[in-house]
Amino acid sequence: MTDKKEWPLWEVFIRSQHGLSHRHVGSLHAPDAEMAIMNARDVYTRRNEGVSIWVVRASDISASSPSEKGPLFDPANSKVYRHPTFYDIPEELGHM
Amino acid sequence: MAGQDALFEYLLRLGDNALILGHRLSEWCGHSPALEEDLALSNVALDLIGQTQLWLNLAGEVEGKGRNADKLAYLRDARDFRNVLLVEQPNGDFAVTMARQFYFDAWHYLLLRELTGSTDSRIAEIAAKALKEVTYHLERSQEWVLRLGDGTEESHRRMQEAIDDLWVYTGELFDADAVDAAIIRDGLGPDPASLRDLWLGLVRATAEEATLSLPQPGWAQKGGKQGLHSEHLGYILADLQFLQRAYPNATW
Repeated sequence: MTDKKEWPLWEVFIRSQHGLSHRHVGSLHAPDAEMAIMNARDVYTRRNEGVSIWVVRASDISASSPSEKGPLFDPANSKVYRHPTFYDIPEELGHM
Repeated sequence: MAGQDALFEYLLRLGDNALILGHRLSEWCGHSPALEEDLALSNVALDLIGQTQLWLNLAGEVEGKGRNADKLAYLRDARDFRNVLLVEQPNGDFAVTMARQFYFDAWHYLLLRELTGSTDSRIAEIAAKALKEVTYHLERSQEWVLRLGDGTEESHRRMQEAIDDLWVYTGELFDADAVDAAIIRDGLGPDPASLRDLWLGLVRATAEEATLSLPQPGWAQKGGKQGLHSEHLGYILADLQFLQRAYPNATW
């Protein structure tokens, strides 16, 4: 048990159909990227969920800090004009 | 040997290999070194049990005595099982399980690839379906042999031991008897001996990359294909068949 190291954590992204983008489905442990893809295949695509797998080392992901939630996201609250609902869509375009 | 008898025997061999190895792998369920491995091994086990069903149902059909895959799996005694000795060897540590799997997968892959060209379309179809699954099994067991062989000092030692210990059971994979002769004659399947060089090439390349040394081809332990098994099979069957033996025809 002396130098027994835990396998690193990987985040798994699966594309469910051609044309759709990869979506985060969960995470798993694996010694390296190749095994992570195999493990993802076995853990997350057993029921035909995917056509493509991405794995990313969790430690390689940079995330926004929860403590900065206010400055990052609050200012968008008061800017309703950024939503497209104010634009008139010409009749002939139909449903967009 | 008459064609139908040989075909029945041959299908039992294919089905029993998958059944016994599938059962062995299922013994890891809940005990694997990591959750991810637990799922992966169970997936492989289920693939093999699925293949068992196809081969043994076809065997029952060929035999024509009303036996299906369940009857053949649950109600035969050890002497009537036709799996190779390799697949009934105990799981040991993870290196042993993976070495056994790698030896088998490499052979299984080569065999199924040939069987997709069988003159019997039923065999060719089952082989084609199984080949996809086994291609992945091989990739996976190969990766593990590489990682454990070329890993830490301890993993290397364990993998080398496993490769050495199981070697004696690999000769049987390429050994042809009267059943094989009839199968070759009728164009149903390949000469087992014809797979040997390809298998050796594949196994040797992987061993080298994994910094493992392969034992010299030598004396081989045989008999499984003819029903002469190690004591391990009896214990496997006790586990596998208990329910049907104790409660005949029980369903759930």
